[in-house]
Amino acid sequence: MRLSAFILGGWLLMAVIGILPSLEPHLVSLPDIFQPPSAGHWLGTDELGRPVLDRLLAGASVSLLVAVTTVSLSASIGIAVGLIAGYFGGLVDRVISRLIEVFLAFPGMLLAIAMAAMIGPGIDNVIIALAVMGWVGYARLVRVQVMALRRRDHVLAATALGRTDLAIMARHLLPLVMAPVWVEASFGLASAVVAEAGLSFLGLGIQPPDASWGGMIRDGVRYLLVAPHLVLAPGIALFLVVLAANLFGDGLRDRFDITSRNTQ
Amino acid sequence: MRTLIEQLLDTLIVLFGVSTLVFLLLVLIPGDPVDVVLGESAHAADREAMRAALGLDRPLAERWGLFYLDLAQGDLGDSLVRRQPVAQLIMQRLPATLQLAGAAFLLVLLLALPLGILAARHRGRGLDRLAQAFALVGVSIPNFWLGPLLVLLFSVQLGWTPVSGNLEPASLILPAITLGLSMAAITTRMVRSSLLEIESQPFLRTARCKGLSETAVMLRHSLPNAMLPVITVLGLQLGSLLAGAVITEVVFAWPGIGSLLVDAIRQRDYPVVQGVVLFISMSYVLANRLSDLLSGWLDPRIRGAG
Repeated sequence: MRLSAFILGGWLLMAVIGILPSLEPHLVSLPDIFQPPSAGHWLGTDELGRPVLDRLLAGASVSLLVAVTTVSLSASIGIAVGLIAGYFGGLVDRVISRLIEVFLAFPGMLLAIAMAAMIGPGIDNVIIALAVMGWVGYARLVRVQVMALRRRDHVLAATALGRTDLAIMARHLLPLVMAPVWVEASFGLASAVVAEAGLSFLGLGIQPPDASWGGMIRDGVRYLLVAPHLVLAPGIALFLVVLAANLFGDGLRDRFDITSRNTQ
Repeated sequence: MRTLIEQLLDTLIVLFGVSTLVFLLLVLIPGDPVDVVLGESAHAADREAMRAALGLDRPLAERWGLFYLDLAQGDLGDSLVRRQPVAQLIMQRLPATLQLAGAAFLLVLLLALPLGILAARHRGRGLDRLAQAFALVGVSIPNFWLGPLLVLLFSVQLGWTPVSGNLEPASLILPAITLGLSMAAITTRMVRSSLLEIESQPFLRTARCKGLSETAVMLRHSLPNAMLPVITVLGLQLGSLLAGAVITEVVFAWPGIGSLLVDAIRQRDYPVVQGVVLFISMSYVLANRLSDLLSGWLDPRIRGAG
């Protein structure tokens, strides 16, 4: 977990540097195209002579922004829906469960691709498309747990004392269901990063000239033979971030769940 | 206990929900889809023709009903760009995708079963660590990066395989690895943990006490019992192979339904987008349900109860 926290910290740092105004991710310089990494350009330049390092940093900001917003949005929607379904039960739960089942029946990335295709590209739409695909995991997780918890003594006591439904859900149920939500959010971060890059790779996400890791890989593939660093640099960054988020999720799960720590 | 009819009904409800969701996708297009497709300067007559072709001149509820009437007859509408029925386009492209998905699935089996078994037998030791590391890397490596990476290594540096296209058998190898690696990784984990799960069962101790060799215990007793969760996961993955093929096909210019979808998105050929998304998601649902049925049929505990 320490290694993954270190990598995720590096991502955050890159993202912060990535919004500094002194970077020049859009600076076209035709005499400098396809330069290999050197002292002047640490990661070389791309097909328009733009510095790959600056674009990588700008891409880090985009991927962090999209991933964190997507996960927060998906988790908020999913937690609210899951709480409502699990707490109220009955018809409400039946309807929501069907909805969850339908969304789960979609391969996630396909839904994001289809959404992005319809509502169009751009950073806001990417976040919307990814949240539409992401909320369902949290909803399912929270619903099942709330159903198991809602007959607990402290919940019944709160009901007997006349606390409102909202207060019971927020104060007495929500804190108890958060542990697996954090694990899910960690894996969710990994899949949001991949999905954003994937959409941008397909041309459905962040639009040029704005830098994104997926877009950089797509553009770089055309020049794979002349300038492999164009594909390697964003790919390694992407891979490390996803690996770290997955490792972090594994670590969290082991920490929260004693039984799986013994079998793993 | 759930009977077969209940399961069938349940599947139909999910299919209905999924197709409604796909139908509603068209509503999400911002502004007037006709403007989006034709541009705002198009002739009024063309716009009306397009409006009728997309069914936009009717109320939403009526379009929804028509959508199901057509669907029941296997009619997914006509492409705006290619002047061909969408169903026909999908059928033309399907063999290439099935070929790719089949090769990837074979790769998953060939990689994941031996690796998972080795990892479980050498639990906690070097081989296990290696298999675990493979699983983690496999899950974390995005396929649109893995593809170019493999091309760089095998086609450009080593010259072993063609760069793209599907004209010769060797050109299937890299796309299949690209599509299958993450699934092989997930399955490896599943095989390993499933084998370890049953490790403490008394019937394995009995088998060992009878004097059976470790290999015989594995083949006759461990594997058959550990396969149930693996089959469920494989069923899930069989469906997601079609969805995963979208990006892989774009990477390798593979002429399947995935590249059909992405081309259609670029050309704003909405009926094709809708049709392909519907086709892939329905296949996904059916693959999942079939694997549920299969594991239920294979498991005497569930079979007896059902």
